[in-house]
Amino acid sequence: MNFDILGSLPLIVIWLALGVVGIIIQAFVRSDSTRLVYGYYIGTLVTTGLLAAATISNQGTAFGGMVTLGGWAAVFDLLFCGAGVMAMLAAQAYLGRFNSELDEFYTMLVSSVAGMMLMAHARNLVVLFVGIELMSISFYIMAGFFRSRDKSLESAMKYFLLGAFATGFLVYGMALLYGATGTLDYSVMLKVIAAGTARFPVLLALGAVLLTIGLSFKIAAFPFHQWAPDVYEGAPTVVTAFMSTAGKAAAFSAFLAVFGVIMPMVKVASMTPTLQLVLAVISAATMLIGNITAVAQTNVKRMLAYSSVAHAGYMLMGIVAGTTFGQSAVVYYAFAYTFMQLGAFIIVGLLEREDETSLMISDYSGLYRKHGVFAAMMAVFMFSLAGIPPFAGFFGKYMLFYAAIESGFTWLTIVAVASSVISVWFYLGLIVKMYFSEPNPETHEANAGLAGISLAVCTVAVILLGIMPRIITGMLGN
Amino acid sequence: MNPALLTLFPLLGFVVIGLFGKWLKHEKVIGVVGSGAIFLSFLVAVVLFCDLLQMPEESRSYVSTVYTWIATGSFSVNVAYRVDQLSVLFALIITGVGFLIHVYSIGYMHGDKGFARFFAYLNLFVFMMLNLVMASNFLLTFLGWEGVGLCSYLLIGFWYDRKFEGSFITWTGDAAKKAFIVNRIGDFGVLIAMFMLFNIFGTLDYGEISQHAQGVFSMGDTAVTIITLALFLGCTGKSAQIPLAVWLPDAMAGPTPVSALIHAATMVTSGIFLIARTNVLFALAPATMAIVAGVGIATALIAGTIGLVQNDIKKVLAYSTVSQLGFMFTALGVGAFTAGVFHVMTHAFFKALLFLASGSVIHGMHEEQDVQKMGGLKKYMPVTFATWIIGTFAIAGIPVFSGFFSKDEILWNAYIGGGPILWGIGAIAAFFTAFYMWRLTSLTFFGKERFDHHSVHPHESPVTMTAPLVILAVLSAIGGFVGIPHVIGHLINVPNYIEHWLEPVFSSAQAILPAHVGEYSALEWTLMGISTVVAVSGILLARTFYAAGPERAHQLAARFSLLYKILWNKWYLDELYQMLLVNPIYIASRDFLWKVVDVVVIDGIVNGSARTIAASASILRRLQTGIAQNYALLMMAGIVVLIVIVLYPFFS
Amino acid sequence: MLGAYVPLIVMILIGVIFGVSNIVLAEWLGPRRSTRAKLSTYESGMEPVKSARERFTVKFYLVAMMFILFDIEIIFMYPWAVQFRELGMYGFTAMILFMVLLFAGYLYVVKKGALKWD
Repeated sequence: MNFDILGSLPLIVIWLALGVVGIIIQAFVRSDSTRLVYGYYIGTLVTTGLLAAATISNQGTAFGGMVTLGGWAAVFDLLFCGAGVMAMLAAQAYLGRFNSELDEFYTMLVSSVAGMMLMAHARNLVVLFVGIELMSISFYIMAGFFRSRDKSLESAMKYFLLGAFATGFLVYGMALLYGATGTLDYSVMLKVIAAGTARFPVLLALGAVLLTIGLSFKIAAFPFHQWAPDVYEGAPTVVTAFMSTAGKAAAFSAFLAVFGVIMPMVKVASMTPTLQLVLAVISAATMLIGNITAVAQTNVKRMLAYSSVAHAGYMLMGIVAGTTFGQSAVVYYAFAYTFMQLGAFIIVGLLEREDETSLMISDYSGLYRKHGVFAAMMAVFMFSLAGIPPFAGFFGKYMLFYAAIESGFTWLTIVAVASSVISVWFYLGLIVKMYFSEPNPETHEANAGLAGISLAVCTVAVILLGIMPRIITGMLGN
Repeated sequence: MNPALLTLFPLLGFVVIGLFGKWLKHEKVIGVVGSGAIFLSFLVAVVLFCDLLQMPEESRSYVSTVYTWIATGSFSVNVAYRVDQLSVLFALIITGVGFLIHVYSIGYMHGDKGFARFFAYLNLFVFMMLNLVMASNFLLTFLGWEGVGLCSYLLIGFWYDRKFEGSFITWTGDAAKKAFIVNRIGDFGVLIAMFMLFNIFGTLDYGEISQHAQGVFSMGDTAVTIITLALFLGCTGKSAQIPLAVWLPDAMAGPTPVSALIHAATMVTSGIFLIARTNVLFALAPATMAIVAGVGIATALIAGTIGLVQNDIKKVLAYSTVSQLGFMFTALGVGAFTAGVFHVMTHAFFKALLFLASGSVIHGMHEEQDVQKMGGLKKYMPVTFATWIIGTFAIAGIPVFSGFFSKDEILWNAYIGGGPILWGIGAIAAFFTAFYMWRLTSLTFFGKERFDHHSVHPHESPVTMTAPLVILAVLSAIGGFVGIPHVIGHLINVPNYIEHWLEPVFSSAQAILPAHVGEYSALEWTLMGISTVVAVSGILLARTFYAAGPERAHQLAARFSLLYKILWNKWYLDELYQMLLVNPIYIASRDFLWKVVDVVVIDGIVNGSARTIAASASILRRLQTGIAQNYALLMMAGIVVLIVIVLYPFFS
Repeated sequence: MLGAYVPLIVMILIGVIFGVSNIVLAEWLGPRRSTRAKLSTYESGMEPVKSARERFTVKFYLVAMMFILFDIEIIFMYPWAVQFRELGMYGFTAMILFMVLLFAGYLYVVKKGALKWD
């Protein structure tokens, strides 16, 4: 059995680097030499990311058809590794300030990246499941990383319980699909469906629905979204930054791949419109609930958590559309969203104090006087999240809306525009607070350090992607 | 050579100076970065020009797509640059003259606390202007169009804390706002035209529109007339024509290099550019062409008369710009696109020269702008004086200086294309030009020294300021030789380079427009002679009046006090605006739009919906109990509902 | 097509009826004479003295998890060993890789002192 060794390099490298070398290094170095592990893992992510970028055009399958190579899976790898590096850069000083910097944090972060990559590459339900669980378990641990903080533990516990609950449905779905088609491989499944040899259409439909539900939990879509605000608020801010962006992007990468299979499946059961419509309603409800609830928040972290729920709703539009254009819109938006949300959360983390204060919207008043650069960057992120040109968020929304209209979901687009308008309220509210209010005397000194690199990258990316969206859409083109 | 480099350098300059201006600290570094960016851009323009020269004539026009911004379905927006004879010529003028103005600014802005900010804005200005002229579609041009509007706002209000006495305005910020708002009125016209064009053609690409225009529109169609009129409205805004001319004279509230940049190389020429770029559309709308010519010549005359009596050195130059732009529009209106563009070029040279020289005078006189308080400056500022004289001769149209050729061509075309009356008014305006320019020269450089020797010590400016003057003076003197009219040209065997160069751009429009055939050479000689006489007599008359100082003119003004008052108050244009437009709009805005529409209607709706959302937010918030069991319950409910919905078809 | 499920439904019904009827019958038929000894937690067994909620040391869990891990490794190895010849070099490499991964983890656990009992 031979397979494309070059194309599978990103996967092989991250697994060996993480599972073998990384573990051995950590086993033998003294526990106070965090720098070595830190540098090693950053190097791992950078190498993997570069390999992924190099193999985008190298499309194919490997490992007996269980994973796909190149293509947009590799584009997603780039996103995961990039977000991972940025989160790590921001994490060091942040964890240091809370006296929680341990090697294991970085191991968990890289292993979650490995899980995400599996999710994007998976062409087999078991591989998908392993990827999802690897990512999720890493997240559960990272969410509870501040062991002395009640909120952090609470968030980890809630995330774990509800996550396990949702995973149950996911596995049910997979089992039912296996029962109906006799395979776990996406492409074989498609063939079976096309040939009409699938048994038990009810099981097929039920399996598809349960799979959708499991993934909807991961992207925090209504009504499976309620864990998100609590978890995002309680988790260490850097973890929130990472899991609300890359984690969500990973779930969408799986959604994109799986939905290519689910749609024809349900078509066999002659109910495509139903599932598509259901998803459209979920999408509309998600963005409305996310944005409206965000209006009432007084805590910046929580506000951003709800906004992240709302953005999942926007991205679902591309999946509802079900067209190639809709898919590339989702990929583009995943990038845009990752940069702006990650950047915003990193700033929140920088301003957060050791006693868990300075997280309120009122703490940001007059921020530009003391932290002009942070305020300016935050303003860029907020404008972009609100979808104001020329930032990346605008173009992403434009693509998603266009895709939805093209597929006949005009009402969904109207809801999306309306909820965007609502979102402007709290995004711009923060900007107004930062620029037009009297400075808050208690704003403390904050030093960006390495996180400054991440912030600079995010800011530049948000602007650049808005002006030149071809950077992403071009990668998807070939 | 990739034309994207042309705009890249100014953009880089803007970003570097804008972001790191504080760290660069030294003025020299900032100045070199700022001017260097424009110089590199100029080099790119030269290379593009040489490339075009080497190409066969018929292929001297291509579109280079930098990247596609939006590509969805039938609608795509390209950031694409159109390299052809017209855009490269404009790029050369913008970057060349722009570079000299940048160098000059190093000396002029020395010691200003906003030095870095100034250069950042200047670079942005050039970047926007280059986008405007290089664009291959309306949308990118419009970006540049709005961009120069924004930059002019930033630069006119550069000294935002200073007082500035203008018409109905009291500080520089007002002047900036005035420029911006008046321009916005024009932009509205451009937008309308763009919407209509997109609606009709389904594209905003210049090439496609020009190509299909003749098939879509027949001669004098209502649609094309409206489109061109709307475009022309935009042009009157940017290029300061009546009725939107009022902003330009107040635009001198900015630092002098800004005035030079706005008046000479950028901004105001964009109106000319837009008409030249869409020449086919205009050629199809004879009514609009007539209006363009009429507005142009009226502006040339009225602005010229106002320039006769003003005492602020920059204000006179400002009105002279308005007047010269009027000439250009006259040329465009009679279908002589080449002549109009030619005058843009020569005007860029001598107007930049005159503005920079006036800046040098103002600098040497310690920020004094009133010519009545100058006089006899020629011995203090020899370089400034010499270059100023060349600029004056050029703008007045003294033979062999650049302005002579371009203005003469405009007048000649006005005669054959618009008739003797149009030509006559033009000649009178040209006479005024010569007169007020020499009046300015006399009052500034000749005669008694009317300034206070104790407080003012006139001095020549530093070399960074005089060097650009000298270069511009050379260009103003010889720049006209690229467009020697055929009557002279065939005697000395020199072709009309610029006409030949621009011919392909305007060929299709020229094919539509009525051709003027016949032998005119005797007439052309005569008219040329008359223009020369007009220019020289204007200068001589001004000399007899003002050689000794402003006293004799004061007597004259006393005798014709009514006329003088009208001219001094600029034909009451600003007052008219204030009465007819500003006050009614202001009152309507305050009493109706604000107090009724805004407070009652809009705030009512906004606050009402805001209250609704806030109320629903607080309800939705309660769903978030914080108890994991509740969340699981809602999930379970959702799952049940989903399963029921999806499985329903199987059991029904 | 629901006919295919009839035996299943019958089976479920029988199960439910059997379970429910047993409980109900016991309740109905059986005599009720409760004494103190009968009501105690362990009839004729240990005397319950304190709360049953006791905390174990975390080391038990660690050992248990390690046990499961290696248990699964063995479960993986059985089918591989049976098909050893057919899978050939590819299967061998894959299994070696798998064991290396596991061993690295084991090394980590040992080095971190997770298996030290005190």
